[in-house]
Amino acid sequence: MARAVTSQRKALNTVVAWSIGLLIFFPILWTILTSFKSEAEAIANPPVFMFFDWTLENYSVVLERSNYMRFLTNSVIIAGGSTLLGVLIAVPAAWSMAFVPSRRTKDILLWMLSTKMLPAVGVLYPIYLLCIRLGVLDNRAALVVILMLINLPIIVWMLYTYFREIPGEILEAARMDGATLKDEILYVLTPMAIPGIASTLLLNFILAWNEAFWTLNLTSVDAAPLTAFIASYSSPEGLFFAKLSAASTMAIAPILILGWFSQKQLVRGLTFGAVK
Amino acid sequence: MGRIQLKQVKKAFGDVVVIPPLDLEIVDGEFVVFVGPSGCGKSTLLRLIAGLEDTTSGVIEIDGEDATALPPAKRRLAMVFQSYALYPHMTVRKNIAFPLRMAKMDQAEQDRRIEAAAKALNLTDYLHRRPGQLSGGQRQRVAIGRAIVREPAAFLFDEPLSNLDAALRVGMRMEISELHKKLKTTMVYVTHDQVEAMTMADKIVVLQAGVIEQVGSPLDLYHTPRNKFVAGFIGSPRMNLVEGTEAAKHNATTIGVRPEHIDISTTEGLWQGTVGVAEHLGSDTFLHVHGVPGCDPVTVRIAGDVALNHGDTVHLTPRADQIHKFDAQGLRIS
Repeated sequence: MARAVTSQRKALNTVVAWSIGLLIFFPILWTILTSFKSEAEAIANPPVFMFFDWTLENYSVVLERSNYMRFLTNSVIIAGGSTLLGVLIAVPAAWSMAFVPSRRTKDILLWMLSTKMLPAVGVLYPIYLLCIRLGVLDNRAALVVILMLINLPIIVWMLYTYFREIPGEILEAARMDGATLKDEILYVLTPMAIPGIASTLLLNFILAWNEAFWTLNLTSVDAAPLTAFIASYSSPEGLFFAKLSAASTMAIAPILILGWFSQKQLVRGLTFGAVK
Repeated sequence: MGRIQLKQVKKAFGDVVVIPPLDLEIVDGEFVVFVGPSGCGKSTLLRLIAGLEDTTSGVIEIDGEDATALPPAKRRLAMVFQSYALYPHMTVRKNIAFPLRMAKMDQAEQDRRIEAAAKALNLTDYLHRRPGQLSGGQRQRVAIGRAIVREPAAFLFDEPLSNLDAALRVGMRMEISELHKKLKTTMVYVTHDQVEAMTMADKIVVLQAGVIEQVGSPLDLYHTPRNKFVAGFIGSPRMNLVEGTEAAKHNATTIGVRPEHIDISTTEGLWQGTVGVAEHLGSDTFLHVHGVPGCDPVTVRIAGDVALNHGDTVHLTPRADQIHKFDAQGLRIS
């Protein structure tokens, strides 16, 4: 009896979980499906789900009309650059906060996080003006720095949490064993923190890849990443849903694939230390 | 060589003085145990010797050389931690090799030392495993192996057996003692367990609130504790400390008598009381007797099994030559 109830419960849980999962995934699925429809089918009422004339026309039009590779390159440079730069700055910061904390360490961490509570548009004007004054509007290097600064609090917090999980006694043992600070970091701490560092890198790369507010506002042509590529197909006039969908699919495909292959690492990193 | 001298060594964290200036000499080859209740500063003292904490003032000398400002790596000391502190991402072999690798020792010598240590510690079959695949006792042996390959001037042990279960603890206790007999290297060992201190030490240092209460051999401390604290801390079960009129009869504020130094009778004796809890261990019987003025309960240890149980009336007589006398300050009156 109890077992029957349990398996009924399990079945119910499975159904609910799948429903929620599909609900969340549905917009992406719909976008992908729409990208293979003709413009007329894309806005058909009632909408067609699977049974339509599959076509690659939208992709060829989009590829013809805009330089996808340039947008992709910009996205890779901006997301990758800001992530690497961020981790380079955050590792020493998180290290000192985790292993040689001062009385103010907690306050500094909270203050850093508080910058994430400010609506981005609140500082749009000053940053926009700064970019003009420095002549770095529509500049990839500038975006690398800006996105790095925007995500830095999260990187520091994540790394700090991972480092805190590493027992101080192991570092002390290394010191007793004759390790210099460099040896300690290179041979003991970093290998132990690799899952944490990797998942921080991944998450930050995804955040930077998807970041739209600053990339749309601070770029026009040269530095425009895939977010701008999508936006260029969203037009208030005309019916371009299918082409917009094709552009969106092309923009999210790289990150979806990356996410798919790294999900094990990502989950491991996000739950690092929770289980021994 | 491994002679360690502490001269007026003091440690304070901000305004809190955990170790007021103290002097201590550890002779080469000695097994010294720091013992005391938790928070008495024994681990801090060990960490000061290791160099993992900075001294606030005073001098630490190792083999006559001032080591106060030396980093831990330069003190030629090896440490075994309570949590073992093994490198989880390295195999047992690499764990043991780590200090040798840091010292840039040549590979052949490294291998020779690792094999020797592994053999001595029964780890030969486990060299390729990671710490996570070992039992608690094996991990502790790896930690000891990592310490011995360096051939240090002295070993420092920080409560190394606390994470092991009782049976394993007794075994490891003997292994460490035997290791000391074999290597004849100075060992400084921190524990809160007075049984470990009594069984392993050449010299015990009893600490309370950062102050050395007494230094001496285990039997010195047992037979002539310098004060009430040492009297109560060393020996198991604890010494009975009797106050009031019974103590006054001996011209003392407090008298102490160990459970094994009390004679028991059902008919006559100096003190009369009622048995509360009776612990029958087979080899010994511990009786906790209520009703003796000035000390409640009085613990009595009787060899073998005796048929006394809860509620029985008993008469106790402390052996006159085994009574310890203490004054109002708690110091021994000889």
